[in-house]
Amino acid sequence: MTTVAHVHDSTDNPFALSHLDSLESEAVHIFREVAGEFERPVILFSGGKDSIVMLHLALKAFAPAAIPFTLLHVDTGHNFPEVLEYRDRIVAKHGLRLHVASVQEYIDAGKLRERPDGTRNPLQTVPLTEAIQQHRFDAVFGGGRRDEEKARAKERVFSLRDEFSQWDPRRQRPELWQLYNGRHAPGEHVRVFPLSNWTELDVWQYIQREKIELPEIYFAHEREVFARSGMWLTAGDWGGPKESETTQTRLIRYRTVGDMSCTGAVDSDATTLDAVIAEIAASRLTERGATRADDKMSEAAMEDRKREGYF
Amino acid sequence: MSTSTEQLTEQLAATTLLRFATAGSVDDGKSTLVGRLLHDSKSVLVDQLEAVEHASRSRGQEAPDLALLTDGLRAEREQGITIDVAYRYFATPRRRFILADTPGHVQYTRNMVTGASTAELAVVLVDARNGVVEQTRRHAAVAALLRVPHVVLAVNKMDLVEYREPVFAAIAEEFTTYASELGVPEITAIPISALAGDNVVEPSANMDWYGGPTVLEHLETVPVSHDLTACHARFPVQYVIRPQTAEHPDYRGYAGQIAAGAFRVGEEITVLPSGKTSTITGIDALGEAVDIAWAPQSVTIRLADDIDISRGDLLAPSGDAPATTQDIEATVCHVADRALAVGQRVLLKHTTRTVKAIVKEIPSRLTLDDLSQHPNPGQLVANDIGRVVVRTAEPLALDAYADSRRTGSFLLIDPADGTTLAAGMAGESFATAKAVSVVEDEEGWDF
Repeated sequence: MTTVAHVHDSTDNPFALSHLDSLESEAVHIFREVAGEFERPVILFSGGKDSIVMLHLALKAFAPAAIPFTLLHVDTGHNFPEVLEYRDRIVAKHGLRLHVASVQEYIDAGKLRERPDGTRNPLQTVPLTEAIQQHRFDAVFGGGRRDEEKARAKERVFSLRDEFSQWDPRRQRPELWQLYNGRHAPGEHVRVFPLSNWTELDVWQYIQREKIELPEIYFAHEREVFARSGMWLTAGDWGGPKESETTQTRLIRYRTVGDMSCTGAVDSDATTLDAVIAEIAASRLTERGATRADDKMSEAAMEDRKREGYF
Repeated sequence: MSTSTEQLTEQLAATTLLRFATAGSVDDGKSTLVGRLLHDSKSVLVDQLEAVEHASRSRGQEAPDLALLTDGLRAEREQGITIDVAYRYFATPRRRFILADTPGHVQYTRNMVTGASTAELAVVLVDARNGVVEQTRRHAAVAALLRVPHVVLAVNKMDLVEYREPVFAAIAEEFTTYASELGVPEITAIPISALAGDNVVEPSANMDWYGGPTVLEHLETVPVSHDLTACHARFPVQYVIRPQTAEHPDYRGYAGQIAAGAFRVGEEITVLPSGKTSTITGIDALGEAVDIAWAPQSVTIRLADDIDISRGDLLAPSGDAPATTQDIEATVCHVADRALAVGQRVLLKHTTRTVKAIVKEIPSRLTLDDLSQHPNPGQLVANDIGRVVVRTAEPLALDAYADSRRTGSFLLIDPADGTTLAAGMAGESFATAKAVSVVEDEEGWDF
């Protein structure tokens, strides 16, 4: 038997926790609160790094038992193939149950219409909301972090949504101490954000400490890309590039993983976790500023999407 | 891996986390102080600053308004006010910070209370020209009420009083006397100019007479933990882990986050409210078996005996178990828009346990500005602080909030729609009994 090794403090106090241990402990507490108080929780799992860290924390929170939740992926139809492969492999490895809500099926059925700009990110809201209603999920874990975006900075850890999944920032419940109020009426649900207090750098450091496997597109590789709105987009079946846009091969990596039509890559030679962490620590741009076209639309783009029921 | 990368990795792994809160209004220079902490610690990134500059210009402001960094909601930006608690994240090589930035005016007391509830340190700002005013006393009272362990008094705008020591010393003394009487255990007064940058991140060249730390130095070095073996150990059970698999047929572990103190393997514990006892045979700290674990670690505890324990129960050392009670006297901050009245039926959430309860009495309402008490107000409305007496349907293992913030706090919830009505702190309001004037309510209640 060993004693806990993660003890660091400038004041040499034996009862200090490292910041990663503090954040991990808080997130595990949130997962267990939901397991204790809700009937049908689900984890939104996209194969992106934040949802991968969420799943890792959930596995730790309930070990040696299985996690008492299923997973839900909203598939835009424009996902990176490497990420889908990773998703399926992880689901099989841990014996998890995965639900997929498909934006493509909604488009094929005429229930959603493709946008002129080709981005499918805002189209995820309806399939997400209907999947929540159909499966009667009462708690939905999202990987959103408050440091990502200024509307998310105002989000509660437990965020009540009405039957239309809408978020009303002015009617949020105050959240005090570690007492989360998850009460909701039938048809309503609660979005839960265990990574609320994590930053991008925390997520990467935790991935490194815990030796968590990631899809390879997070590391530097050569790829056919073209420039649009000041970022590198991957050429692919989703519709890019247009005639006026030319492709080139560049050494890039992804800082975020989302819909191919609006997720940009960054120039990078970081092929290892250490190199990625060094790169992020030195970065002068936020990850959304560097990689998300949809957040550049307006000052309140994220707030508007969140009100409509987005992640 | 290069040496610099190794150093960086090592440095990042060794940082601790400090949660702190700031209270104040735009007039005190709070946004400027927060903006400077974020900016000078390089936590405001280029695209965020560009967005703020763009938004400031479109509003006709010449300089970037750093308040726009934290005022994230459309309504806040349109009205130029902070409505809600904004959480900001920044780091230095020594520490990671979570800053709860709260609005300072009286109509946002609930937001201040929310921000202070998880804070280990509170920064109270005063304008050196105005000294300690009503709002300063309210902020000190919130910090004292919520038992925030460390309070920093930042005496701002020293540049506007010619950086004179006597001005700072008089304000620091008045505030320290007031806050000490309320039981604030540690007060650090720092003379600053957020606008000019004096003593925020860099030491001031204008105040040779001040030998203490800058605001950031203090934030980086203030202790974030203390000797937990001296605390009452408390473990609210969140969830029972029973894999019932071929590999773990008989595993039964009690999952939870240690709320206070430390637990050891071999220790005898009592389960509350049942009063049954057992011995800790194992502590699993998220995949690692340990001999000792402490707050706020999330762990799974295994016991020698197969006794009936479920979510909502509390484990405590048998020699130091809290008494259980159904009658609670507490101070509450009312956080909902609808009122809380005598006779109202509510739900009370304490640690992992939620029970039915009824508000028996509201003996007084407290004005934080001058600590005057108004007897028998009949009800509490949004932002009111008051004393309540609550009777619960089942016994609770409740500590005094003064002894344990985590196991002495609770929520009152409206059973009809789940609205959080009030935040409660069991026991006395302040650490020391301060003589307060009892006045009749202006509303003209007749007793």
